[in-house]
Amino acid sequence: MSNDSNSNRLSRRHFLAVAGGLTIVIAGAAVVPGLSRSKEDNTNGERITAWVNIQPDGKITIYNPAAEMGQGSMTALAIIIAEELDADWNDVAIEHSPIEPDVYGLSWRGGLGGPMITVGSRTVMGYYEHLRMAGAQARYVLMANASKKWGVPIEELTTGPSKVLHQSSGKSISYGEISRFATAPDKLPDIDQDQLKSAEEFRLIGKVTDRHDIPSKVDGTAEYAMDINVPDMLHAVISRSPVHGSKPDLQNESDLRTMEGIVDIVILDHGVGILAQKIEQALKAKRFMQIKWSEDGMASGHDSQAAYEIYDATSRSDDTNWHSIVSEGSVEDNLSADDVIEARFKNDYVYHAQMEPLNALVSPPREGDPAEVWVGSQAQAGARQAAAEALNLPEDQVILHPCYLGGGFGRRSMADYVTEAALLAKHADKPVKLLWTREDDLQYGAFRPICSQTLQAKVKADGTISAWSHRIVGTGGGLLGSGARIPYYTMDAKRVEMHSIEHGVRTKHWRSVAHGPNKFAIEAFIDEIARKLGFDPYLYRRRLMINDQRSLAVLDAAAAMCDWNSPAPEGRARGIAFAERSGALAAGVAEISVDRNTGMIKVHHFWAAVDAGVVVQPHNAIAQIEGGIVFGISSVLRESITFKDGKVQQSNFHDYPIARMADTPDQLEVKIIPSDEKPAGIGEASTPLVGGAIANAFLALTGNSLRHMPFTSERVLEVLS
Amino acid sequence: MLIKTSFTLNGEVVQVETAPDAMLLWTLREELKLTGTKYGCGIALCGACTVHLDKVPVRACITPVSVVSGRSVTTIEGLSKEGLHPLQQAWIDEQVPQCGYCQSGQIMQAAALLENNKKPTREEIIGHMNGVLCRCGTYNRVFKAIEKASQEG
Repeated sequence: MSNDSNSNRLSRRHFLAVAGGLTIVIAGAAVVPGLSRSKEDNTNGERITAWVNIQPDGKITIYNPAAEMGQGSMTALAIIIAEELDADWNDVAIEHSPIEPDVYGLSWRGGLGGPMITVGSRTVMGYYEHLRMAGAQARYVLMANASKKWGVPIEELTTGPSKVLHQSSGKSISYGEISRFATAPDKLPDIDQDQLKSAEEFRLIGKVTDRHDIPSKVDGTAEYAMDINVPDMLHAVISRSPVHGSKPDLQNESDLRTMEGIVDIVILDHGVGILAQKIEQALKAKRFMQIKWSEDGMASGHDSQAAYEIYDATSRSDDTNWHSIVSEGSVEDNLSADDVIEARFKNDYVYHAQMEPLNALVSPPREGDPAEVWVGSQAQAGARQAAAEALNLPEDQVILHPCYLGGGFGRRSMADYVTEAALLAKHADKPVKLLWTREDDLQYGAFRPICSQTLQAKVKADGTISAWSHRIVGTGGGLLGSGARIPYYTMDAKRVEMHSIEHGVRTKHWRSVAHGPNKFAIEAFIDEIARKLGFDPYLYRRRLMINDQRSLAVLDAAAAMCDWNSPAPEGRARGIAFAERSGALAAGVAEISVDRNTGMIKVHHFWAAVDAGVVVQPHNAIAQIEGGIVFGISSVLRESITFKDGKVQQSNFHDYPIARMADTPDQLEVKIIPSDEKPAGIGEASTPLVGGAIANAFLALTGNSLRHMPFTSERVLEVLS
Repeated sequence: MLIKTSFTLNGEVVQVETAPDAMLLWTLREELKLTGTKYGCGIALCGACTVHLDKVPVRACITPVSVVSGRSVTTIEGLSKEGLHPLQQAWIDEQVPQCGYCQSGQIMQAAALLENNKKPTREEIIGHMNGVLCRCGTYNRVFKAIEKASQEG
């Protein structure tokens, strides 16, 4: 990292002094269309934004505002700017942007300036139009400077990779050369949409194959927060409440204090922290720690198995206070008929299991220097705010160094681990690196919630769905609802409702949020209807998609990829599913077999077709879709967190298995459907397909329905017996 | 009480002073500042900490430092003496890593396979690699990269 990132709040002076060359700086908010007038006034020219810096040697630095957790957006965002800047990709370096949400924040309701948060597959779609404009404006500034230097009208100039050209005189000057004499205007020009490149002119969008971060991830040099060391640093671990909300009463503090290397013991609301000279000393003391926990934890008594019974009773009760998600037409009359088809689906809690357990390094302020934080976070500004609050400092006295994330999947948009590290650092008045062990990370996890879903449909003999009801009862509030809308399926009347029951356990967004459970239930139910009526599941979906040609094309593409009409190999069957997530449309087919002795499902082949609008980096998009399928297979076949007496029953990968190489399909085929529509989110597009596709293949193979995720061996054997 | 242990690390003899029960993982990371070897589970369930001990892949998180005395340890930083190991190049060619956190372990595990078996079969690759977890789900590309390196090697 350069010095640039050492200041999270840049003044124009500072930025120019450090960066040298030409930084395309814009006073005030001129480059940020969405900023309100009042903010512009407040900034009073002091705050600036800069996406691009050009050095005399030709190096072009592009600033990345997003977290990089393997999804590749640090490369994709730079490609978008470099494309309209007309840069030579070989000249481009990528660095973290300052943490300045007003200017680098995600597009949120129109303009930039929303949160600096990397969630919901929003990064490329949230920055695309604005960064194309930023790149085009930077290109214009370079051309304007060349125009002035040569004394020719700007209209006569064109650009090639990293240079400005004057065709009629044959003159050419590199961007690096221009940076020696260039001046940036106070206000950038307005560029019309039609002055941007057309898709045919793209040299980089859709073309660049390699990700920026990959070389450092094959030789061990990529830096995660876990890898940072600073002088005088203490190591910390925390024993946290086994029942969320219970309070610690440490029984053997004096014994612990005599252990080698132990510097301090810190009693927190939710646990006990240990500060030690070395990590292994802290870990050893943690093993010896004896804590009596209060019995008033808010999760006290929670039993995840028993919760399903409560959910089922709730969904039958007339008194339930439903929250409406969709209400189109009247379903009531139709659903009272005898021939209503009904099925109920369930899903256990699942854990993020990102490979890098949570950790953060916080250095308190020293002799007038600001505090510093090293962390892999999906919410950089939120993490800085959390540290500032814990340290009791204004935010501008906290510098946050974004590190690579060893996986996020939604867990790292919380800042609980940053708050903890900051509290310990403040207590010690020394830099503290806090490590969550794998057991801590799992047992104090924040899980995708459980729920029970009751689906009902009144279907005419020709397949028309005259009434559709989908009721979700679970925990986790708003985490239950995503993906329950199915606008692409035409039905006469729809009712989608949810109801959340609080258990006091920690829940959180988990890759694709409720799309996993909800698309599973919807897609499995569609197949159950098709089977009942004797329709082919693919053709039946085609019929329901009659009014959505774009979705239909995606479904058709997946069916074509797997040659749907050809018979599956002996002992196997295929299942199809459709899902939309973050604007991306996806269809998938799983080909599976089942070992009837062990109950093990094997996914041999998975095909997926995705329409995500303009795809900035198709190679990486394919990797994301592949990974999302494996992530889906993992959760659908293996993963389950259970609670008893308010405690998580699992602790590490032996009792929380995730997919391994042997669980990966022998063949994973992904097709990106070409599109000129605006970019949609890709990182979560394929995960919601998997539950439905596998359940539907199982139904085709065995005639039995799998209605409770995960489809463990035990559950498969139970269904088959 | 500290004990001294000498061993060969990435081709050079080093000596460390550690607690008698110190594990190789933390000694590599905290004392020797070789942070390419990662902590993932602490009990040999995930493989993120895989290194070579006398050319055999071991999980550094459960390997006491005392065990490596007088022996040879190779980490991701020392896998290739010059330039990239063929597997590292294949990893780039196939664009394997996503978050990247498990990849040192994946590569070290794979390198030990190719050391003894230049042309592993599909089953041999899966059998050898199955203990190294990747949450991002890059297994199909890990597989492809190993096949590529074995065909070119």
